[in-house]
Amino acid sequence: MIHAILAILLCQMAGEILSRLSGLPVPGPVIGLVLLTTGLAAFPRLRDIVRPVAQGILGNLALLFVPAGVGVIGHLSSLASHAGALVVIFLGSTAAAISVGALAFTAVARLTGSRDE
Amino acid sequence: MSEFTEIWSYLSRGPLLWLTATLAAYALADAIFRASGRSPFANPVLISVVILGIVLHLSRTPYATYFEGAQFVHFLLGPAIVCLALPLYDNLDRLRRAILPVGAALLAGSLTAMLVTLGLARAFGIDGTLLASLAPKSATAPVAIGVAEHIGGSPTLAAVLAILTGITGAILATPLLNLLRLTDWRARGFALGVTSHGIGTARALQVNPTAGAFAGLGMVLNAVATALLAPLILPVFQ
Repeated sequence: MIHAILAILLCQMAGEILSRLSGLPVPGPVIGLVLLTTGLAAFPRLRDIVRPVAQGILGNLALLFVPAGVGVIGHLSSLASHAGALVVIFLGSTAAAISVGALAFTAVARLTGSRDE
Repeated sequence: MSEFTEIWSYLSRGPLLWLTATLAAYALADAIFRASGRSPFANPVLISVVILGIVLHLSRTPYATYFEGAQFVHFLLGPAIVCLALPLYDNLDRLRRAILPVGAALLAGSLTAMLVTLGLARAFGIDGTLLASLAPKSATAPVAIGVAEHIGGSPTLAAVLAILTGITGAILATPLLNLLRLTDWRARGFALGVTSHGIGTARALQVNPTAGAFAGLGMVLNAVATALLAPLILPVFQ
């Protein structure tokens, strides 16, 4: 387990360093994800080491958003003054983006004959 | 009673209390979610936030005090993003076969999210910090924070707006995509990941493993797309 955590943290840290050095607006953990994906492809043993820990963390992914989500209590007054508008914005933009994204995927998959298996 | 007050004042100073409370609220929310038959409306993040919000309000605990304990959970967001490498690696072959649909859906979904958000916000007269904080709301919270800071928004507000977007998408996706009669799990998962980042991915993982893998990919790609596109699109609406 220690080795898995170490591998994950090293990828994140390398990602943070590369993100700062390159000046790209891409956040460190996202670069770390690319690094770990490359590592998993290159080293079969790394897959066996990382798998149980990664599955444990991803199995509880929703929990990790709770602390930042509770921060809503500090913004209630500013959000409440635009409550009606924000409800429309959240429902409208989210429904539109999910629909347009899924329809675009399906349409292009059909055009290019991209099928799963 | 005075003993209780003493214990309370001891516990409320350290991180143990609010770390425990965060896990307890989530365990309760997850039990409610399961009891509801995994209904999208019983979203575990939403229920946890409501429970903790009420507890903090009743105990008159400032958010900063709460966060001292909860930061141990919050910290794991970064490693969790790195861990998405695993489902990504496991599905690399399928992703290669779907590279064109993925590119099209990323561009369409990411642009739609930002344009509709900013267009509606302007129509309602929203500007300044709130407008800039709304722009990256489909990106995962740590990314939304960084992008919002970069374009003149508020980091904490951006995190909250991103999480609310995640919850909205996780609730809407299943009924909406059923209404559209879309049955390709790749399309359903990917669009949800693009729009609702990690919370959408968590939802997709609960529904179907293929949807989960593609949602994780959508989240990652939109983190990058939002970071690149938001600074270009926001000025059009300012």
